[in-house]
Amino acid sequence: MNLTLKIWRQKDSNSKGQMVDYKVTEISEHMSFLEMMDVLNEQLVNAGEEPVAFDHDCREGICGMCSMYINGEAHGPDRGVTTCQLHMRMFKDGDTITIEPFRAAAFPVIKDLVVDRSAFDRIQHSGGYISVNTSGNTQDANSIPIAKQAADQAMDAATCIGCGACVATCKNSSAMLFVGAKVSQYALLPQGQVEAADRVKNMVAQMDLEGFGNCTNTGACEVECPKGISLDNIARMNRELMKASI
Amino acid sequence: MPGFFKSSIGRKVAMALSAFFLMFFLLQHLAINILSVFSPETFNEVSHFMGTNPVVQFALQPVLIFAVVFHFVMGFILELKNSKANGVSYAKNNGAANSTWFSRNMIYSGITILAFIVLHFIDFWFPEINTKFIQGDWSGMLDGVDGFRYHEELKHKFVNPIRVGAYVIAFVFLGLHLAHGFTSAFQSMGGTVGRKKAAQNIGKAYSIIIPAGFIFIALYHHFNH
Repeated sequence: MNLTLKIWRQKDSNSKGQMVDYKVTEISEHMSFLEMMDVLNEQLVNAGEEPVAFDHDCREGICGMCSMYINGEAHGPDRGVTTCQLHMRMFKDGDTITIEPFRAAAFPVIKDLVVDRSAFDRIQHSGGYISVNTSGNTQDANSIPIAKQAADQAMDAATCIGCGACVATCKNSSAMLFVGAKVSQYALLPQGQVEAADRVKNMVAQMDLEGFGNCTNTGACEVECPKGISLDNIARMNRELMKASI
Repeated sequence: MPGFFKSSIGRKVAMALSAFFLMFFLLQHLAINILSVFSPETFNEVSHFMGTNPVVQFALQPVLIFAVVFHFVMGFILELKNSKANGVSYAKNNGAANSTWFSRNMIYSGITILAFIVLHFIDFWFPEINTKFIQGDWSGMLDGVDGFRYHEELKHKFVNPIRVGAYVIAFVFLGLHLAHGFTSAFQSMGGTVGRKKAAQNIGKAYSIIIPAGFIFIALYHHFNH
């Protein structure tokens, strides 16, 4: 298929960006979106032009690096996928595809489609962990009885790959689905109880400090999340913060 | 606890608490006003009780005014903070793919409701305050009207078709605001009940019945004056 691409080009974080049109031809419907981007970049390199910078790593939907906003949706029009899992069969011959970086004041553009998501790292550092003595006498986690439902919900929350699609898609650039998932994955387990109050307080404080917006419960984040993280995690985080603050 | 209400989640909770209060107020407001259609005498009696009872006038009314002002002011503050958090706008953003129009545009339905409240205060609340607190007339009577004045005043307000039209439009926006606000308030309070089908259906019913009831009252009095 032949496509027109409208891509955000921005030299660096200090430059002003703009949308630039490109044509790509003979794109197979079996290609992933990133493979299509590779074809474009090969074309640009061969023409002596600067290739489009975009984040990617595992290309199997688990690293959370690919971060494009495609035709007005985070990770494109498919559901439950990252951009690397998005296939070109989702588009038609002759389509014009708009490709932009994830937008949020807390996710500044580094170059083209690459954004700085280190705000998520700082939120994690502020409390997204449990303190365990790893000096050789660590208790086997499997020896702690955990209700099946709690274990399943904790695992579901832990599948968040921190891609930032929730922030990108939220009309308020809120990070509450991400933080809710990271709070929940520990709040549901006995190992997470000791530091539960400090964890949620510190992570929410860091989230606010990073300049993310407030959740207004539109539910867009849940729909666009490639891992199907539920809004229930935001509700749990709200409960955890109330419990920790009273 | 003071620190809690400074956090983004604390502000959501405060918005939800004021929303719950306002949703309860709307329910009782409709319950009283609908009496004007079915029993003008009862409407007059209840209106006089509400208008002269010291608990309602000096305890509940200030709480209501505070809740209304707080809900709007906090709504605007959160909207400004959210706009600041957004950065550069998308060239193409397909919001309809993942959320409802009314959930994304609470600020616009809210502004419409605010404009309506200003009109509503000019129509009913300010004259009521003037009569009772400035003129000192707590009798509920009006020259030329048998019994209490409330039903007559209500009917008179809905003679003007422009005012009725403005009320109907405002109530439609109120319905859109409630369609998202009802279940959203539960979520903000940390409850997952708002995501249950039954609660969503109650929310839908509430967001239709409340505005439809007020629209019915306005149209009824317009066509039966």
